[in-house]
Amino acid sequence: MNNYSERDLIIIGGGPAGLAAAISAYDTFKAAGIETPSILVLERDKVLGGILNQCIHNGFGLHTFKEELTGPEYAGRFIDRLKERNIEYLLETMVMDITKDREVTAMNRKQGMFTIKAKAIVLAMGCRERSRGALNIPGYRPAGIYSAGTAQRLVNIEGFMPGREVVILGSGDIGLIMARRMTLEGAKVKVVAELMPYSGGLKRNIVQCLNDFDIPLKLSHTVVDIKGKERVESVTIAQVDDKLKPIPGTEEEYTCDTLLLSCGLIPENELSNGAGIGMNPVTNGPKVNESMETDVPGIFACGNVLHVHDLVDYVSEEAGNAGAHAAMYCLNGDKAAAGDIINVTTANGVRYTVPTVIRPDMMGDALTIRFRVGNVYKNCYVDVFFDDERIIHRKRPVVAPGEMESVVIKKEMLEGKKIKELNIRLDLNEG
Amino acid sequence: MYDVVIIGAGVTGCAVARELSRYDLKICVVERAEDVCCGTSKANSAIIHAGYDAVPGSLKAKLNVEGNEMMDDLVRDLDFPFRRNGSLVVMFEGDDRAKLEELLERGIKNGVKELRIIEKEELHRMEPNLADDAVAALYAPTAGIVCPFNMTIAFAENAYANGVEFKLNTEVKDIKKQADCYEIEAVKHEAFEPEEAVAIKTKTVVNAAGAYSDLIHNMVSADKHTIKPRRGCYFLLDKSAGSFVDKTIFTLPNEMGKGILTAPTVHGNLLVGPDAADVDLRDGVNTTAWELDKVRASACRNLKNPPLKSVITSFAGIRAHEENGDFIIEECPDAEYFFDCAGIESPGLSASPAIGKMMAEMVAKKLSAAKKDNFIATRKGILNPNKLSLEERNELIRKNPAYGNIICRCEMITEGEIIDAIKRPLGARSLDGVKRRTRAGMGRCQAGFCSPRTMEIISRECGIPLYKVTKSGGSSALIPNETLNDKYVIE
Repeated sequence: MNNYSERDLIIIGGGPAGLAAAISAYDTFKAAGIETPSILVLERDKVLGGILNQCIHNGFGLHTFKEELTGPEYAGRFIDRLKERNIEYLLETMVMDITKDREVTAMNRKQGMFTIKAKAIVLAMGCRERSRGALNIPGYRPAGIYSAGTAQRLVNIEGFMPGREVVILGSGDIGLIMARRMTLEGAKVKVVAELMPYSGGLKRNIVQCLNDFDIPLKLSHTVVDIKGKERVESVTIAQVDDKLKPIPGTEEEYTCDTLLLSCGLIPENELSNGAGIGMNPVTNGPKVNESMETDVPGIFACGNVLHVHDLVDYVSEEAGNAGAHAAMYCLNGDKAAAGDIINVTTANGVRYTVPTVIRPDMMGDALTIRFRVGNVYKNCYVDVFFDDERIIHRKRPVVAPGEMESVVIKKEMLEGKKIKELNIRLDLNEG
Repeated sequence: MYDVVIIGAGVTGCAVARELSRYDLKICVVERAEDVCCGTSKANSAIIHAGYDAVPGSLKAKLNVEGNEMMDDLVRDLDFPFRRNGSLVVMFEGDDRAKLEELLERGIKNGVKELRIIEKEELHRMEPNLADDAVAALYAPTAGIVCPFNMTIAFAENAYANGVEFKLNTEVKDIKKQADCYEIEAVKHEAFEPEEAVAIKTKTVVNAAGAYSDLIHNMVSADKHTIKPRRGCYFLLDKSAGSFVDKTIFTLPNEMGKGILTAPTVHGNLLVGPDAADVDLRDGVNTTAWELDKVRASACRNLKNPPLKSVITSFAGIRAHEENGDFIIEECPDAEYFFDCAGIESPGLSASPAIGKMMAEMVAKKLSAAKKDNFIATRKGILNPNKLSLEERNELIRKNPAYGNIICRCEMITEGEIIDAIKRPLGARSLDGVKRRTRAGMGRCQAGFCSPRTMEIISRECGIPLYKVTKSGGSSALIPNETLNDKYVIE
C-alpha cells in the first residue's frame, strides 16, 4: 500500500478542472526532468470526471477537440491521459480540511483519516446549486422539489424519473438542459420561469432545449407559492417588477408534481475558507493572480470552485494553466514574490475578472483574462485600459451575463511599461 | 388490552412514554405520521427556556422551570445535544423598562435561578452584534438550546427499550368508552399499502396530540377544547453565521408570543424566527412571503447587519395554542381514565420532561402501577465520529469502513451514521427521518448532492425498491412514477 504522508502536488477534485490540472502539472514536471512526478488527485465520488458524468448531452469539446462530445466522452479523454501518465488518484476520498501550510486531511474507507503534506495544492472542488431554501421561496416543503443537477443525476445516472409534470425555475444551463431531458423521457415541462429579464443560460441552449420543444420561457417571473403537503401538487408563478418583487394579480398556478430549480451555482469554498484564503465576494471564489494562485502561496484554484463557467473547454484551459504553475511552484518555490504587480479592476458593466492580479514577470507569452458582464448589452465595445491608456477597443454585437467573455493580454503589450492598473470596462456609447 | 395508549409521538407523548415505561404497564404510542417528532416538535425554536415568562402559579411556569432543571440529567442519560447558552430579553430605546422588571420579578417568583438585569455596556460586550440602541436586558444564564429532534427521538428510543410499543402511520379516528376500557378506532396508512382499520383497546388514554389535541379530547368529553393553530416562520442560516450571537436573543414579549428571536442552534447554525399568524389548518406549515418579510425585518431591527444572505432554508411550525392560555394536564373531568396533555405551546419543549413526569405519576397512580426494577435509564445516541480521537476514529473505520465514507458533504455525515439511524430501534424510514437523526441533508446544499445517495442507502438497508423511498412517508415518494420506473428497479 502507498504511504500517504507527503506529495509534491495534491489536487482536490477529479472533475474536469482537477484532471486538466493534474495532466498539465505532470507534463511540466516531466519537461523539467522529473522522472516520476509526485502528484495525487483526491476525488470524493466513485469515479473520476465529476459532474460531466451526468451531462450525457453533447456540445462539449468544441474548442478543445474541435468536435462535439458528450460529457462522459469529454471526461473520458482526460481520464485516459491521466492514466497514460500513471498519475496517482484516490476515489471515494473526502478532503475534510486543508491548512495554510498545505496539509491536507482526507478520509476514505480504506485509509481512514489521514493527513498529507504537500508542496503545492490545486483547489478543483467545483460548485453546488443554489437550493430552494437559499432562494427564500415560500410555500410547503413536500417531495418533488429538486435542484436541476440532482434531477439530472437521478435521470441520467440512477435511471429514475423524479416526476411527470414539471415546472422549472431559473434558466441556467442545467435547467434548460433538464427541460429537454425530462421532455425526451416523457415528462411534460409546463413552463420555465426566470426571475431576471434575460436568461442566465447559453443562447444555444434556449434554442435547442426550449424553442425546439415548444417549452415557454417566462422572463421576469418567479415562484411565489408551492402547494402540496406530501408531494408537490402545484406551483404558482408571478411576474416581478424591476425591483424583482412579485406583482400582485399576475399569479398563475400550474398543476405539477415536480419543481426543478436552476437558479445559479455557488463555488464550494468551505475548504478554502478553512485555509484562510482570500475570497472575491462577486465570484464567491478565491482571488487569484495570473498563475491561478490564491493569496496563500502554493495554493492554486481553477474550474468552478474559482468562478462558475459555462463551457468546460474554458475550465480545462484555465486548469491546465493552474496545474502548470503549481508544478513550477513545486520546482522553483515562490520566486516572484517581490516583482511588479498590476491590479486588474473592473468598471461600467463588467462584474468581475479572473485573475485580479498580474505579475508580469510570471506570465507567459499571453494571458487570457475572463470576465462576466452584469446585464445584456448590444453593440458595445469591450475596452481594456492600462492605467489611463486605452489598449483594446473591441466591438461586441451582444454581451450577456450568461456568456463568459475574455480578453487576451500579450506579454509584449506590457513590455517597457510601468502599469499599476489594468481596467476592463464596457463602452456603451458608441455604435 | 393496553394499560395506556398515548396518542401522539411528539416530544410530549414521547416524554410521557419514557416516564411511564418506569412502571410495570403495557403501553403503546399511536402516531399518525411515519416517524416520531413530525409535528410541532420538529419545527420550533429549539429553546429550553429559563422560565421567567409564564404567569407565576401557572402550569407553564412550574413545568418550564422543573423541565429546565431536569435537562442536565436527561442529557447525561439519553445522550442528545444540549447547551446552556443563556438568554437575553433585550429592551431597546423607547421600550418600557417596567416590562423588563416585571419579567425579572416573575422569573424570581417562578424560581428561575441566576436571573438579573444587565445594562448597556455589559450587554454589548456580551453580544456585540446587537443593534446600537439596545439599552438593557434580562439575562438568564440557565436558558439553553437543544436538538428537538434528537431529544424527542431519545425519549422514544428509551421508552421503546423499556417495552413501549409504537404504532406509526396510525391515525386515530374515534375513541369510544366501553364498560371497562376505551376502544380507539384508527386507520393505518403505510406508504404503498392499502389503508387498514385498526381497533385498539386500552384502560387509559393519554392525549398528547399537539395541534390535534382538541379533536382527540372532544371525542370523549362534553367540555370542548379549542386549539387555534398559530403558525411561526423561521430562517435557518449557514454555520458560517452560527456565532453571530451566542445567547438566545429575545425582545420584550407581546400578546402573540415571545416575539421573534435570534439564537445559535446546538449544531452551530443560526435560527431567526418565529412570527405568529393564526391559521385555519393544523398542518398549515407553509411559509408565506409576508411572514418571512416580517421575520427578516425584525432581525434587521434588533441586530446589526444580520447575515441574512446566508439563509440556507426557511420553515414553519404550528403552535397548539389553547384559548385558556395554560397547559391542560389533567384527567378529563367528565371522562375517567382519559388524560389530557393539551395546549402544549411554548414553553412546551422546555417543559416536556416535567410534563412527562407529572403525567406518568398521575396515570400510574390511577392504575395503582408499581415501578419496574429492570428499567433501563440510559440510551446512546447515534455515534458522532467527530467526537472521537483520530486513533479511535481510524479504529472505527477499520472495523466498519462505512464510517470512512462521507455521504453528506456539507455536514460531513458518514454512511456509518446513516446506517445506524436506519438500523436502530424505531429507526429512520425516510429521507427526513435520516435527516432529523443524523443531519445528513441539513447543510448548505440542502440535500442536493446527498439525497440520491441517502435514498440508495435507505433502499438497501430497508430492503425496499428505490421508488418506495419517501421524503416523509405517505404520498411523499421521491420518484413517484411507479410504472415508468418499474423496469429499472433492481430488487
